[in-house]
Amino acid sequence: MTKFNAWNVIKNGLNGQSYWTRQWRDPEPKSSYDIVIIGGGLHGLATAYYLAKNHNIKNVAVLEKGWIGGGNAGRNTTIVRSNYMMPGNHEFYEHSLKLWENLSHELNYNVMFSQRAHVSLFHSPGAKDSISRIYNIMRLHGTDAELWDLKTLKKKIPHLNYHNSRFPILGAAVQKRAGNARHDAVAWGYARAADTLGVDILQNCEVTGFTRKNGNIESIQTSRGIIKGKKIGFAVAGNTSVLWQMAELGNLPIESHKLQAFVSEAVKPLLDQVVVYGVGGAHFYISQSDKGSMVFGGDLDWYKSYAQRGNLPMVQDVAEAAMAIFPSLGRIRLLRHWAGVMDMTMDGSFFICKTPISNLYLNAGWNYGGFKASPASGWYFADLIANESPHNYVQNHNLERFEKGINIDERGAGPDPKLHG
Amino acid sequence: MIRINCPYCGERDHSEFSYGGDATINYPSLDASEKEWTEAIFFRKNIKGFQFETWHHSNGCRMWLVVERSTVTHEIKSVKPCHPNLQKVVENNK
Repeated sequence: MTKFNAWNVIKNGLNGQSYWTRQWRDPEPKSSYDIVIIGGGLHGLATAYYLAKNHNIKNVAVLEKGWIGGGNAGRNTTIVRSNYMMPGNHEFYEHSLKLWENLSHELNYNVMFSQRAHVSLFHSPGAKDSISRIYNIMRLHGTDAELWDLKTLKKKIPHLNYHNSRFPILGAAVQKRAGNARHDAVAWGYARAADTLGVDILQNCEVTGFTRKNGNIESIQTSRGIIKGKKIGFAVAGNTSVLWQMAELGNLPIESHKLQAFVSEAVKPLLDQVVVYGVGGAHFYISQSDKGSMVFGGDLDWYKSYAQRGNLPMVQDVAEAAMAIFPSLGRIRLLRHWAGVMDMTMDGSFFICKTPISNLYLNAGWNYGGFKASPASGWYFADLIANESPHNYVQNHNLERFEKGINIDERGAGPDPKLHG
Repeated sequence: MIRINCPYCGERDHSEFSYGGDATINYPSLDASEKEWTEAIFFRKNIKGFQFETWHHSNGCRMWLVVERSTVTHEIKSVKPCHPNLQKVVENNK
């Protein structure tokens, strides 16, 4: 793998770009590995990378049923933030944001992380109090957070709809270090960096079954043959229940729902921040990509589904929300829209934990928040697999928390997965 | 758009309805163990394929329905009233 640096750019510039090597190998599966991670999305790749980097475990395989970047890694709105308040969550997401800040250097790959600020609008004194509480908790933990009054907001984002009499904009809660990244680059960057450290990335390798021995999973049946793993990690959010039942483990506190996202045609620079609008049943978040496209999304489709395609009522809802807050978008045309399948959990928080099978580890339940979590998810999942005990930050992110009554319910929405937006 | 054939109102767009959830949950007795209650409240089969699920005709007759629907293709096989006695009434009126 050729390193990206000024010298290689100049050298290849003079040689017709002919000395670049491929980004990662396409190896044949070995018969056994120390650790097999199932799922070649951002979380699986990040886990493999940190296993090799932080724990020096390099005999690792990542199994991906499709191709790298083809699943939820490419089906998100690329927002990175750490505005969480529950114990465990805020430390975890703040660490993730810190990893994002150095990720391009860490991976020697430009993930185009842009800290352009995440702006949550509020529309009533009650909403202001509620979000001020969350942002104050963030400040107490050393995370940046601030409130913008209407005057500041109007100066920063002049073309919001400030004349909405039903939901007048009163100001915004802002995290300036938050922003966006390029999702493909994150997947490719982690894949390339993990591969360089010796990890085998096996694409078109779908898991079809497990062979159990003495209570453990001894080997994995895949579309590319049988692969043994001393330890196995699931990182297949969206399809976790399917794999879980394949391993005969029963039920999970997860429902699979689909979430749509939209990309418009490119326009000239219009929006410097990530703007979030959520009021009166509407939920809308928008940013502008480096190419000029408006990238935005809304709520789930509101019914359980494994289909990676969105339904039209939500397209209408999102368009209505866009017009309510950004009337200048009225004539813009959509280029494409897609849906990703999410693990929606019973309290809206994730799982990085051990399982009833002693050599199986679970990374799942990312709800709306999987993209921004990828670096820390990989970091702490690798830590769990290597050390066989969870780090303090994720000690309650397990399957037992429901029976024990330690739900980590950021929204307070109760045990209905579709409500944890 | 999914079209749901409400036994009371006829076939309507799914945007008239709100999704409830798994219709096969059996709640345990009040003195059952915490483990059983945890299982009933928090744990789901999350079937990929045909499942029985509840829908509320919230912008229509406001009745709860049990729908047999595929979570992959969204094809619907059957729609029935949630309450078994109401099912009898619907059948008698046919």
